[in-house]
Amino acid sequence: MAFEWFKKKRSDESMPPVSAADTPVTHATVEQTHAVAEVAKSGGSRSFARRIRSLFTGQLFDADHIDDLEDILLLADFGVDASADIVASVRKQATAAGAKTESELKAILVSVLTQSLEVPNRELNLTGDQLPYVFLVVGVNGVGKTTTIGKLTAWLAEGDWDVVIGAADTFRAAAVEQVATWAARSGAKLVGPKVEGQDPASVAFEAVETAVASEADIVIIDTAGRLQNKQGLMDELGKIRRVVEKTVPVTEVLLVLDATTGQNGLAQAKAFAEVANVTGVVLTKVDGTAKGGIVYSIQRELGIPVKLIGFGEGINDFAFFEADEFARGLVGI
Amino acid sequence: MFGNLSDRLAQTFKNLRTKGKLTPADIDTTLREIRRALLEADVALEVVKTFVSAVRERALGDEVNKALNPAQQIVQIVNEELIAILGGDARRIQFAKNPPTVIMLAGLQGSGKTTLAGKLAKWLKDQNQTPLLVAADLQRPNAVNQLQVLGERTGVPVFAPEPGNGLGNPVKVAKEAIKFATQKQYSVVLVDTAGRLGIDEDMMQQARDIRDAVNPDEVLFVIDAMVGQDAVNVAKAFEDGVGISGVVLTKLDGDSRGGAALSVASVTGKPILFSSTGEGLDAFEPFYPDRMASRILDMGDVLSLIEQAQRAFDAEDAAKMAEKLAKNSFTLDDFLDQMQQMRKMGSMKAMLALMPGAGAMREQLDNFDEKEIDRTEAIIRSMTPGERRDTKILNGSRRLRIARGSGMTVTDVNSLVNRFEQAAKMMKTMSKGGIPQGMPGMPAGMQGMGMGGFGGGKSKAKDKKKGSKSGNPAKRAAEEAARLSGEKPSDGSAPAGSAFGL
Repeated sequence: MAFEWFKKKRSDESMPPVSAADTPVTHATVEQTHAVAEVAKSGGSRSFARRIRSLFTGQLFDADHIDDLEDILLLADFGVDASADIVASVRKQATAAGAKTESELKAILVSVLTQSLEVPNRELNLTGDQLPYVFLVVGVNGVGKTTTIGKLTAWLAEGDWDVVIGAADTFRAAAVEQVATWAARSGAKLVGPKVEGQDPASVAFEAVETAVASEADIVIIDTAGRLQNKQGLMDELGKIRRVVEKTVPVTEVLLVLDATTGQNGLAQAKAFAEVANVTGVVLTKVDGTAKGGIVYSIQRELGIPVKLIGFGEGINDFAFFEADEFARGLVGI
Repeated sequence: MFGNLSDRLAQTFKNLRTKGKLTPADIDTTLREIRRALLEADVALEVVKTFVSAVRERALGDEVNKALNPAQQIVQIVNEELIAILGGDARRIQFAKNPPTVIMLAGLQGSGKTTLAGKLAKWLKDQNQTPLLVAADLQRPNAVNQLQVLGERTGVPVFAPEPGNGLGNPVKVAKEAIKFATQKQYSVVLVDTAGRLGIDEDMMQQARDIRDAVNPDEVLFVIDAMVGQDAVNVAKAFEDGVGISGVVLTKLDGDSRGGAALSVASVTGKPILFSSTGEGLDAFEPFYPDRMASRILDMGDVLSLIEQAQRAFDAEDAAKMAEKLAKNSFTLDDFLDQMQQMRKMGSMKAMLALMPGAGAMREQLDNFDEKEIDRTEAIIRSMTPGERRDTKILNGSRRLRIARGSGMTVTDVNSLVNRFEQAAKMMKTMSKGGIPQGMPGMPAGMQGMGMGGFGGGKSKAKDKKKGSKSGNPAKRAAEEAARLSGEKPSDGSAPAGSAFGL
């Protein structure tokens, strides 16, 4: 099928790639189908590497300084075990290759990091034969869920996807208004609670119903921030998922993770994966001094890929995660 | 999952049990574990390094405390040092001589400033202050709106002349707010500012401008307890950029260990004034350094057990129990007795949660049914005194009677009797310095926890191979019991040799 969502984008090459769809997607009554651009990765991605500050700012890294690497990784929140593992791998490969200079060692480090960060299914799941696709956005408080939704919606709208946002954060003061502002910026339809404190699952359900009725392509559901050890709130999340799936399957569950998060990030990912079957991580706020090294353990231990990366308050400040680019950004080459 | 610090320390010290004093090598081994625990708690690396070397010095020079084993000694030193950093100059909000007192909130995006502003407003109101909330976060979509909603909920007026969402000048708003508050005689002005990155020079300049415009009595740095190594950079950036007078730790109701608290306190030298602990507007309390210290170390209530260890425990009780064990006269009555003592100490579940390693065993705790104790009690109470003394006389007809009497099934009775017999056997072995296999005396729901559930861990069960060195059976039994209860000598309320390892 020849319909390309990114027909115009392909030449402009400013947009990130999405996975190629072999089978065209059909919407029951809409003639329009969304195949996804077979944009080569090299041509499509926004660059985020330069938004990450190098681990080695003002640090020498050569054969005499391999030992320092462990501290450097610890400082980037990789954690005790992962840091030790990475240093061991780098040392092993360096010995095998006889690498001594800074650039040789850095290249080895990049390849070690890339290899462990490389996982399949990194693309947003925008395929499948049933529209609308449903994205559930989850995470602890204050990580940037709503901002992520705003950016993602704007990007999708640009690609002519018809988006409905379900404002299911009915808990925090003015959360609905916050997501409404983003929806207005990108022209998405908003479905919010009709009464204050309405059950979030029912808001999510209504959002999906609205999307089905208006033949929208994607529903993005904003959920309230919740700490992963609050069982009641986590159960609520499971309920949202179940209720939505009465109508259509949830295609993506994105866990938003703040790059400043330390070792607790792993606990967060575990808990959310358990109740909501997380399909991808969105790493936000990498434009600060934090590196988000905890995603390394999350990917390795839980196999959940990082899909998106956010770096600022602007509507375009996000990109699709690439292991190699992330590794290069961290190492600074 | 990682074992917690107390478990790992126990492992480290399995061969040091009988030593009275630590060698430098012992100290290094222990400190490596402490270092790891601190790093896993997200304490910043530079803080960990300084901290660990300070502890090393003290440990080398410290007098030997006879009541504590070497691991406990170091943990105690660590704990004291942690509290010293966290609680240095503990103080409360400083109110200005001439109202209004101006409090400015600053921090990263998503650290919880606006929510905190609402909580602080409510708290101040409850202290008979008349607070005014100022919406100077004009950046984030609907931050102003959020503050207005919080104002409504708390009944605190909000000064919000600008709509926000990128419109309006926060410095001007802040300045006008002070004028307004002075005129209307509000006693405290709470200025909510936009979240900003420490490296965003424009935004830091704006923060300085707001500060200069309002001349605050307090600049509170708000930081999320889940923050990792970056806490140090952020704290330094805000300290250098705006200058802070105190710290507020948010999201402490999560399960993060909160090492950021130590990082920030240690790097800025500024006191932590409050912790914010939940979704409700009341979920806000003064900061407690000692609680935070145990949390960072993931030591549960071990620290208070250490304190208790320094007092003498009831040696008479322990001796009596050891004697019973040795004579094989441990009966179902004693079993019940112990269970009731534990019951007295409060809810089982709550108590187990205090034990070291509770983090990892939360799931088992949730699965544990406290009713199990009730059922066990019912079965034992349906027995005659003779049956309680000697389970061997329990034939089929007796068992059926007991099952009926307690409303349980014969299978339940059988399984209790089996558990009891195994427990008695195990404790007898233990009292002779043998190797107990598992902990079968526990109610069924707890068996999955094994020794680990009670402060052990499989690794520790192996420790028993070494056995006790004491020639005195009473002392030996007491030591074994102490070992079972998370390496800590038990206090008087739980006699040594308890079937529950407490």
